[in-house]
Amino acid sequence: MTRTVATTEPAPPTGGAGRRPAPRPRRFAALRGGPGRQARLALVLLLPAAVVVFGVVLYPAGRALVISFLDVDSPFPGAYPFVGLANYTSILSGDRFWIAAEHTLYFTVVSTGAELVLGIGLALLLAAPVKFRWLLRSVVILPWALPTIVNGAMWRWILNAEYGVLNSVLVQLHLQSDYRSWLGTDPFLALNMVIVADVWKNTSLVAFFLLAGLQTIPRELYESARVDGAGPVRSFFRITLPLLTPTIAIVLVLRTIEAFKVFDIVYVMTGGGPANGTQTITFLTYLQAFSAQRFSVGAALAYLTVLAILVLAMIYLRLLRQNEMRAV
Amino acid sequence: MSQDSGSLSRRGLLQLGAVAGTGLLIAGCDVGGKSSNSGTQGSGEGKITALFMQQAGYSEEDIRGMTADFQKANPKITVEPTFVAYEALHDKIVAAAPAGTYDVVLIDVIWPAEFGSKHIVTDVTSQFPADWKSGMLGGALTTAEYQNKFYGVPWILDTKYFYYNTDMVTKAGVDPSTLSTWDGVLAAAKTLKDKNIVQYPLLWSWKQAEALVCDYTQLLGAFGGKFLSDDGKSIAFDSGGGLQALQWMKKTLDDKLTDPNSMESLEDDVLKAFSQGTAAFALNWTYMYGGATDPSKSKVASNVAVQPTPKGSAGAPGVNGSMALCVSSGSKNQQAAWTYISYLTSKDVQNKYAKSSLPCWSASYNDPQVLAVSPKVVPAAKVQLGNLLSRPEVPRYNEISQILQVELQNALLGKKSPQQALTDAAGQAKSLL
Repeated sequence: MTRTVATTEPAPPTGGAGRRPAPRPRRFAALRGGPGRQARLALVLLLPAAVVVFGVVLYPAGRALVISFLDVDSPFPGAYPFVGLANYTSILSGDRFWIAAEHTLYFTVVSTGAELVLGIGLALLLAAPVKFRWLLRSVVILPWALPTIVNGAMWRWILNAEYGVLNSVLVQLHLQSDYRSWLGTDPFLALNMVIVADVWKNTSLVAFFLLAGLQTIPRELYESARVDGAGPVRSFFRITLPLLTPTIAIVLVLRTIEAFKVFDIVYVMTGGGPANGTQTITFLTYLQAFSAQRFSVGAALAYLTVLAILVLAMIYLRLLRQNEMRAV
Repeated sequence: MSQDSGSLSRRGLLQLGAVAGTGLLIAGCDVGGKSSNSGTQGSGEGKITALFMQQAGYSEEDIRGMTADFQKANPKITVEPTFVAYEALHDKIVAAAPAGTYDVVLIDVIWPAEFGSKHIVTDVTSQFPADWKSGMLGGALTTAEYQNKFYGVPWILDTKYFYYNTDMVTKAGVDPSTLSTWDGVLAAAKTLKDKNIVQYPLLWSWKQAEALVCDYTQLLGAFGGKFLSDDGKSIAFDSGGGLQALQWMKKTLDDKLTDPNSMESLEDDVLKAFSQGTAAFALNWTYMYGGATDPSKSKVASNVAVQPTPKGSAGAPGVNGSMALCVSSGSKNQQAAWTYISYLTSKDVQNKYAKSSLPCWSASYNDPQVLAVSPKVVPAAKVQLGNLLSRPEVPRYNEISQILQVELQNALLGKKSPQQALTDAAGQAKSLL
């Protein structure tokens, strides 16, 4: 690179000892130079990122795709038989996958919905001109700052049937006559409790996204609405919600995809039980790949998840674009 | 990038990226490579890493103590121990195997078939001294054995003992000698419940996990059941003793003698609840005795009794819950790993830590030091360790166990009849033998 610079830049004056060439412009010469050099510099600067993207994302992705067509039953490299689509067909024809898919779908829809509704409420609260707003905001972000594993362990204790806080509070408030099991005896209840833990953690993220959206809405709109005689409910539905739609769409995309991939909170809280009641697709993938050493089935399951998420993302992106068009 | 047409336009860059990406994708297609894992004997010195569990058996503190003593005796070897929950142990060993992350791994008695046949741990048959074979108890010796080869050295010799709260039993006026049969335990549980001494007398580890299968195994044995037919080619738990065991389990739940929280409890939860005095009877590993009699952690420290598992209609075998230390096949320092394993499994070290886990050596059971630290457990162990029942020793055990866990829970939660659940489990497990 330095050589190219040297040939195109005017040669540094060799004259008087006091007139040394200023080093600065030389060093950044590439930036000022012609388009070809700019492109090359850009390429050099992009190279580390490209290595990361291609090496860490594309290579494993390709390998996993190949593995999903073989029958790999050990963690070691070696020659494994090619089985074509057999892994996919056996997954799709078995009950386990569809039951896990049902749990995943329920988890995704309910947790995303609840996070959105609660998130809008929380965002409105955070945007309100109250005293100690900074304190409120930092408290609200706390759950999101907690690692999911910690969150899961915490909720497992809260929901513990013997000494859990939830049981204690409900009994003391006389809402419940006796301590009960939340995660052990009713698979559907356990799934809902995992959703509660997930919603508790992720609502704050949703709220902060929406708060950012709220702050782009001009105050004047509310003022003129008030002048025109609109109450708070009416101005929420006529001003806030429509103007917040792009942000809501982004949050929906992010949260749906995240929820679809739920794994860690299930692992910590229930381990997929009781009676597989909280087993999601990613959890099934993990079990197949690592517990059963059916790496090919795991890879095939992972690809099915990727396909589902890809479809979701396309739908959302289309919706977003339509939104943008309407906004213009 | 600039908008104008440089030597590389945006389109050109994207194309280049696509080509490079495709190349890498294709490179990813090559699953082959080194045909086998590349462990080496090593110099017998230097650093080794070891993977242990943080549950039952020796505690993290015990293991760190043993390791410190080992390093004092072998200053040229440094050991870095790692601890994970039992539930994560198997998967961690599998995931770390290709990289050879751990030189020494602790494996459960149900894994030698899988790990041995897939060469995740090394075959140590040739290194296994003859006096170890004669000196170790029979139940221990087979821990890491599969198809007449040794894949590790037995280290934790364990089975589930029957624990009861002496205070509650006395208060109810129950004769402790009746607790030697499951019928007697049920009758006692009824008495305790009727007299309102405890709401749910029985507590188990019936969470969807291996712990559930361990409890089930012990009951299956008591009722004379078998997991597999004698030739090992077909499933046998769906009838006879296997079915009776599950029906019995379900009945204790229906009669409200078993705490419904059992359905979300692991061994540690059982220990905690028993120590809080919310249960009168429980099955658990040796370590529960140490935990429940520790006054700093237990409210019932002076009221804990331990005995061999109660008898059913066909006897009283205990589930074989032993564990072994293995040299991983990816280890680059297998000699040092073997030195470390030989030290940890030696009689002296095991005798010293007998309170946490009973030694694998027959001679230890007459050792005054061992008798002194667990005067109550050793007599129970002498009876129980001679009568152990193994879970199926097949490479796909883990999958069979997962199927069984779900179907057992389906029956216990009342979603299926015990017969239906076991028939379904057998149907799914059949192809995995």
